[in-house]
Formats: sequence, structure tokens, C-alpha cells
Amino acid sequence: MITVKKLVKRFGLKSILRGLDFEVQPGEFVALLGPNGAGKTTFLRILASLSRPSLGEVTIAGYKLPREAAQVRARLGVVSHLPLLYGDLTAEENLQFYARMYGIANFELRITEVLEMVGLDTRRRDLVRTFSRGMQQRLAIGRAVLHDPEVMLFDEPYTGLDQDASSMLDEVLKTVAAQGRTVVMTSHDLARAEELATRFDILSRGLIAASISRKQLRKSNLLTFYKQALAS
Amino acid sequence: MAVKTSNVSQVKSGQRSAIRGQTSGSFLKAVSAVVWKDVQAEFRSRELFSAMLVFSLLIILIFNFALELDIKTRQSVTAGVLWSTFAFAGTLGLNRSMAIEKDRGCLDGLLLAPVDRSAIYFGKVISNLAFMLIVEIIVLPVYSLLYNINLFQPGLLMVILLGSIGYVGVGTLLSAMSVQTRTRDILLPILLFPVVIPVLLAAVKASDGFLNGVEFSEILLPINILIVYDIIFISVAFMFFENIVEE
Repeated sequence: MITVKKLVKRFGLKSILRGLDFEVQPGEFVALLGPNGAGKTTFLRILASLSRPSLGEVTIAGYKLPREAAQVRARLGVVSHLPLLYGDLTAEENLQFYARMYGIANFELRITEVLEMVGLDTRRRDLVRTFSRGMQQRLAIGRAVLHDPEVMLFDEPYTGLDQDASSMLDEVLKTVAAQGRTVVMTSHDLARAEELATRFDILSRGLIAASISRKQLRKSNLLTFYKQALAS
Repeated sequence: MAVKTSNVSQVKSGQRSAIRGQTSGSFLKAVSAVVWKDVQAEFRSRELFSAMLVFSLLIILIFNFALELDIKTRQSVTAGVLWSTFAFAGTLGLNRSMAIEKDRGCLDGLLLAPVDRSAIYFGKVISNLAFMLIVEIIVLPVYSLLYNINLFQPGLLMVILLGSIGYVGVGTLLSAMSVQTRTRDILLPILLFPVVIPVLLAAVKASDGFLNGVEFSEILLPINILIVYDIIFISVAFMFFENIVEE
């Protein structure tokens, strides 16, 4: 579903990604872990077609970036630590706006489905600026799945959430993954990543330093694996 | 509050392709969606509009009390005062309009949509232009009352429209550029004013001509400059907007 070959991203003279190779099979849930500055967000922004690679090949759902970016974006849902929502619009109006941008016909039914999925159907006519951070993040996931994408990218979705909101987000993420989507999520929260993902990749200094599947991990512990990968 | 995982969570690939099958964002639909969103949000907050309007009225009042002109001199400075007011208020609106997109990451939300990114540019231009024209429509009668000058002349209104299109066209492009920087509030006027000098000069010249009853043949050159400027800069923005908003 996602194939990345020899990806390089430079900002001026500084290389953030240094020949990164990465592959994700359909339906996989990959947790991309790594310290601050490892290049996780930069990598996700390239996958999301928000940033252009300096060198290398990126293919998502059979379409190449940046040449076929519009086709990729139609198959992609992105959730970051920012909600990407307008505070002066209601939850429903935000989704109506994105439905129009994605050209979804008869979107009212789909909006109702999505609001039910994220547990915000009773708050659909409330302004987003009155929502708590957790509610905004759930609505952000609703926005991202509105066009029913095959691939979901989550960039630190738990940032700024309290315990209750994080638990609720866990449920939404599980629901999204259970729908057969391919998911790539960056996170600092190893415990949450361990609970959700089917594969764990450690990104360090612009490269994938190590990768392990959930099955392989049963013999080990994610924290130990993470520390060993960063030390090597 | 429990998260429902009922029928929605059981979306199968067939249903998914049905939803995606309807996904065909067209250019005009995307433009109208951006305009609808901006108008809806502004109607609720009135943040941008009220700032522009209050600022414009204050500038006119300050000029009125500072200059203390006789009727003849008033006639000759009107075009300059009007366009200074529109330019300063316009910059305020352009800055705020893009800052709203950037602050909550909404610009990324727009850029993630599977549409030609110039549709976002045209949507923002139309909504910015609408807000600027509404402010101008309110400012004109106030100015007429304070300075005792009739500004409701078809020729002058046409110049205001052409000048505003050029100003907003370039301003929207440059605000998309400046909003990516830390110094966005001060960077936009620094970038914008040198680039819009031809628009402002031509607009002042043409407005002055209409207000002083100059022959139309003498006003034709600045009007032509305005039209050519509008076409060139909107075409340039159409071609380069994607490169400007992408990292």
C-alpha cells in the first residue's frame, strides 16, 4: 500500500531524512516511533503530500508522489496534533465543508454516520471552539475518515489529551483500524502504540533503525526493543 | 460518552469504494466551498470584517481632522486618502484571513483536499474581495458625508472594483507566503506594498480623474494598467500558488 525508496529530505544543508526505505502492506497498523528530531513528522508530511521529497520515490495505493498527489490525497486521511478544524463553524459545518472539498455527493448521511462513529452526533450543531481538546481530536478523526480513505496517517494524535480523552481516542483509532484501513501513526507513547499497532518501526537520525512485528514482539518488550534500536 | 462502533465500523471494501466513487472534487465546487466556509465563519465571528471597518473609519476620521482642508483641496486629496485607507484596511484583512487558516492547522486541511490547489487561492480571493468591497461600500458614504464629496460615480466605482481585485489578488498570494513565517504580521505589508505600487498609483490616478471630471481618454491609461495588472498577477498566482504553499 505504501512504498518508500531511498527517501531524502533536506532543509537547506541539513538532511532530515537520509535515504529512508519503508513499506506497509494493506491493512497493517504501523507505529512509527523515535525521539524528537528523528524526522517522523517530516516523513509523515511527505507521505501526506504536504512536503516534497528532495530525492527518492514514494508510492501510495499505486500512485506516485508528487506527480499524482491529487489521487493520493483522495485515498488519504490525515490526523495531526492540530485539529485542522474551524472554531467558528459547527461540527456539522466543518464536515460539510470538507465533504464539499472532497466532492462527496449526498454527504449529509455520511456526516451523520461519521459523527455517530466519533460519538459527537448530539453536539453536531455546536461550535467547534466550544469543544474540549479531546472532542476536537475525535472530530478531527471524523474529518479524516469522511471520504473513507484507504490509508490513515496519524501524527502524534494523543498530544495534549488527558487520560479520559486518550482512552476515548483509543476506541476511535481501534474502530478506524478495524475498518480495514492501512494506518501509520507516529507517537512517543510506547504503551499506546504497543496496544494498537501490528508493527513497530523505530526512526532514528533520518533512517528506519529497526522494525518488529507484534508477533515477534511477544518474546520481547517494546521499550527494550526501542532502547536497543536507538543505541545501535 | 461511548464511541459507537456499530454499523459504521463494519464498512466493507465495497461500501468504501461506493463512497470514494462519489469523490470527484471539481474546481468550481472547491472554490465555492472555500467561499462558503469563509463567509459562514466570518458571519459568525465578524472578526475580520469589524477590524477592517473600524480601522478604515478611524483612518478617514484621522485624515479629516488632521488635514482640515477647504472644499477644493479636499477634492484633490480624496483619491489618495481613499486608496490609503483601502490599502491599510485590506492588509489587515488579508493577514487575518490567512492567519485563521494557519493557526489551527486548517491550511494543511485545505492542502490535503484532492483538488487543484489554485481552487483554494481563488476561493480565498473571492471571499477576501467580498469582505473588502463590503467595507468599501460602507466607507464611501461615510467619506462623502465627512468630506462633502459625491463618491457615487459609476466610473469611480469601477476603478475601486478593479483596484481591489488587483490588491486582493496579489495580497492573497503574498499572505499565503508570509503566513508560513514567524514574522507574518510585519512581513505582509513589507512584501505587498512594493508589489502593489502600480495598482495603487493607477487607481489613485484614475479615481482622481473621475472625481475631477477629466476627459475619459486621459483616464484610459491608468484603467488599462489596472486591467492588465489584474490579469497578469492573477495568472501568476494561479501558476505558482501550489509552489508557494507547499514546503
